[in-house]
Amino acid sequence: MIHVSATPVLALRGVSKRFGAVQVLTDVELEIHAGEVVALVGDNGAGKSTLVKTISGVHPIDEGTIEWDGRPVQITKPHDAQNLGVATVYQDLALCDNLDVVANLFLGSELRSASVLDEIAMEKRAKELLDTLSIRIPSVRIPVAALSGGQRQVVAIARALIGDPKIVILDEPTAALGVEQTAQVLDLVERLRERGHGVILISHNMADVRAVADRVAVLRLGRNNGDFKVADTSHETIIAAITGATDNAVTRRQARTASAAATKEDAK
Amino acid sequence: MSDLAKTPEPATAQTSKVTTGPESTPAPAASAAPVPAVDPRLLVREEGLKGYWTEFTRKIRGGELGSLPVVLGLIVIAIVFQVQNGNFLSASSVANIAVYSSGLGIMAVGIVFVLILGEIDLSMGSVAGVGAAVWAVLNVTNGVSDLLSVVLAVVSGLLIGLLHGFFFAKIGVPAFVVTLAGFLGWSGLQIWLMGKEGSINAPSGSIVENLTAYYFEDKAAAYGLALVAVLAYAGSLLLDAKRRKAAALPSRPVSEIVLRTAVVAILCFVVAYVLNEPEGARGLPLALVLFLAVLVIADFVARRTLFGRKVFAVGGNAEAARRAGINVDRIRILVFGVSGMLAAFGGLFVASLSGGATKSLGSGNTLMLVIAAAVIGGTSLFGGRGKVWSALLGMIVIQSIQQGLNMIGMANEIQYMITGAVLLAAVVIDSISRRTQKTAGRA
Repeated sequence: MIHVSATPVLALRGVSKRFGAVQVLTDVELEIHAGEVVALVGDNGAGKSTLVKTISGVHPIDEGTIEWDGRPVQITKPHDAQNLGVATVYQDLALCDNLDVVANLFLGSELRSASVLDEIAMEKRAKELLDTLSIRIPSVRIPVAALSGGQRQVVAIARALIGDPKIVILDEPTAALGVEQTAQVLDLVERLRERGHGVILISHNMADVRAVADRVAVLRLGRNNGDFKVADTSHETIIAAITGATDNAVTRRQARTASAAATKEDAK
Repeated sequence: MSDLAKTPEPATAQTSKVTTGPESTPAPAASAAPVPAVDPRLLVREEGLKGYWTEFTRKIRGGELGSLPVVLGLIVIAIVFQVQNGNFLSASSVANIAVYSSGLGIMAVGIVFVLILGEIDLSMGSVAGVGAAVWAVLNVTNGVSDLLSVVLAVVSGLLIGLLHGFFFAKIGVPAFVVTLAGFLGWSGLQIWLMGKEGSINAPSGSIVENLTAYYFEDKAAAYGLALVAVLAYAGSLLLDAKRRKAAALPSRPVSEIVLRTAVVAILCFVVAYVLNEPEGARGLPLALVLFLAVLVIADFVARRTLFGRKVFAVGGNAEAARRAGINVDRIRILVFGVSGMLAAFGGLFVASLSGGATKSLGSGNTLMLVIAAAVIGGTSLFGGRGKVWSALLGMIVIQSIQQGLNMIGMANEIQYMITGAVLLAAVVIDSISRRTQKTAGRA
């Protein structure tokens, strides 16, 4: 059902990262193809956010290589990642509260002639973009400080699409959202896949992951711990990979409540 | 981010046709047809003057006071001193306020940029002193040409500012400490440069003397500048409205443009009249022209250019700016460079007023007045919010008070206390309006 290109757009080969005495990532491998949604899951502290930050240039990697369209590239600062075509929506939304919606959408890629901002073109494109994404906010000219949490989230996601990126990274995009907004964001993720973007989705919400992801890459204590196709992998297998064991409190509990949990999960 | 929990859920009522079904089975993406993104809860301003008035009162109640307190304060100051001394609004007095505002006001423009960045520059006064000393030593003692020595003085301020910025941005020393060290260090350099001489007088007819001593006596100058300013203002508003209309974006109604232009025109021509016509009028001071030029350029840079946008972004959320690919260090270094440059340029005006460079130029309350002007004018001390024009408004308030108190013969020590009280009042108003804005959801 999904067309997947032969060469991954982005590939991490043996990536390691340490902060002082903590080895956060060890020999991590990850491949993202165009038109593919890869869910990156793992427990708190598994290294998901750090991995994403290495791709987006916030933390340069210590060892390993990052390949873009098959050739190795250096990503040492956010600008490198942007130039390649990586757009990131962070968990802490990374919006400037004092700037209005338009300014935030175009931050870092302002439309301009010479160095003078073209506010009108930016406002026009911002409105078009928000319209096509069915995003509703009171006005594109109010400071982001005046928006609600959900509105900030959709603005942050919309902002990732301004530069027409090849890879979009969403770090916990639905964590702070209500039911309606979660569904909208998942819609948005599927629309990104249809348009041929590769999407990396970090989420703790298995329902979200199973709803939109094609593959699930599991991180545990900074290492790869499984790479599954969502279509033919059970919920339990993924949970086991996340927790790192097949016999533990989680699986025992699930054995006890197997049927109940399954129906609950489906109903959800 | 802290108000995530407090804010209500976003609009859901109008979007139901876009999404279907429960959370785990989202609708196919194709169903999302574009719908006009106007939130039904948005308070839209009505067309015409009535809408303008309701919008205005709503903003006031929401705590968005803007320049209103300062303007009201200025009117009160003018009335009080005019009652005390009938000469307060005379031509020479107004010209005096304009000229004395210029030098410190230009320095205040520099500090506005630093404050927008969320930092502070305590070295303004000392850098002004170094600028004046560099000019005096080059021009008067060593005979370097007039223009070149002025340029070199400004460049020295720029380099000092860039050095501050380097230590702040690259090394990570807090700006407070870097510029505090600069405050001491550069005033030492200033005294060392001046050498044995306590003061070096500005030669008559030199650029620096003319900075504050030259007046355009031709009446056409003041009226012409007022006319150009009004036409440029109206033209930019009309052009903007036309372009926005062409792009099908909401634009200012004509009535608002007429109203704004009328207010600006009255202000400009009243000032031009007072400078030109009454007894003792000397015409348009060059200092005021230069100050206005700095203001217009700085305002354009802050609001309309990429650099200005980046400064606001770094001041609002430095980490967000960094992740957006903005070179935060570079912006910080450049802003301190601008601040140093304008400090040195302002220092030349101060030197011009006091007849030349001295060992103590820029010391005393210079720094305090500069920061006070920016804050009184409405620039936030907490970063991310501010207007270049606040340098003008705030400095006019301060100089009006000083001029008025001088005219009614108030002692220096009383002046300090009153200026201090005005600064405190400005910050109190800022804090209260910020709190009101928070409860009104606008900050």
